Amino acid sequence: MLHLALFLFFGAICVAGAVNLLVQRHPINSALSLVVVMASLAGEYLLLGAEFVAAIQVIVYAGAIMVLFIFTIMLLNAGEEERTKGSRVAILLGIPGVAIGAVLVAWTLLRHSQTASVPMFALPGVPRDIARLLFHDFLLPFEVTSILILIAIMGAVVLASRPDAVARPHHAEPAQQPREVPELVGPGKERG
Amino acid sequence: MIPLSCYLVLSGILFVSGVLGFLIKRNIITIFMSIELMLNGVNLSFVAFAAHWHMLGNVHALSGQIFVFFVMVVAAAEAAVGLAIIIAVYRTRETLNVDQVNLLKL
Repeated sequence: MLHLALFLFFGAICVAGAVNLLVQRHPINSALSLVVVMASLAGEYLLLGAEFVAAIQVIVYAGAIMVLFIFTIMLLNAGEEERTKGSRVAILLGIPGVAIGAVLVAWTLLRHSQTASVPMFALPGVPRDIARLLFHDFLLPFEVTSILILIAIMGAVVLASRPDAVARPHHAEPAQQPREVPELVGPGKERG
Repeated sequence: MIPLSCYLVLSGILFVSGVLGFLIKRNIITIFMSIELMLNGVNLSFVAFAAHWHMLGNVHALSGQIFVFFVMVVAAAEAAVGLAIIIAVYRTRETLNVDQVNLLKL
């Protein structure tokens, strides 16, 4: 009974955050609702006994990735999204289609997994068991992910840098800013 | 003891919210966050199935948590590259609305 109560508590917070992400118009509100969803999902992982997954959910997802999102929103000074013709069409077509898909998925899940049940703290999620798997059975995929992260870092640096900053060294100031590159920082900074 | 289907339905609700946000949102950053919501829903079903099979005595059931780890790594890489692309798009077009970003060329 305690398991069900805690599951419903975290699940209600989770669903409320997900709905709030859809309802809010400003991206920073959506980002904060996503943080709420991720934190309550960490609670669900703890209920299942997956302590390591809960920890990296909070550290990597709610910490690192969401900081990246919020940093980008603040850097680009993103405002409220405007309602357009495309969004009305998307709402009219998207909501019924997604509702049909959701009912199908829920019906299938409820019909075929009626007997299976999960106890509280079912998994031995301590880092020792995870580490044995990660560094023994899954060693090659683990090393490949490190290469993937390295390539992603280099790609992010190349993509997000200014087009003239790649070719020129950093300290050599250009005589005038190129016309086609808009300033990101807004009116506070004077143009060169 | 609660049914496994409770976790699966919660995971399905999260995934469907992500799909809906992907469809109805016009801001490119919010669309990106909807993708993260979908990944979170899938992660929950991975961990729930891992718990279920571990309880039934499957020795490989802990691998579900490893897959969650890999999904998180891919999500982190995707967020870094995707947000860099969003910054590049904003530099050239000065908009975040996906209705106005419909050409590959400038």
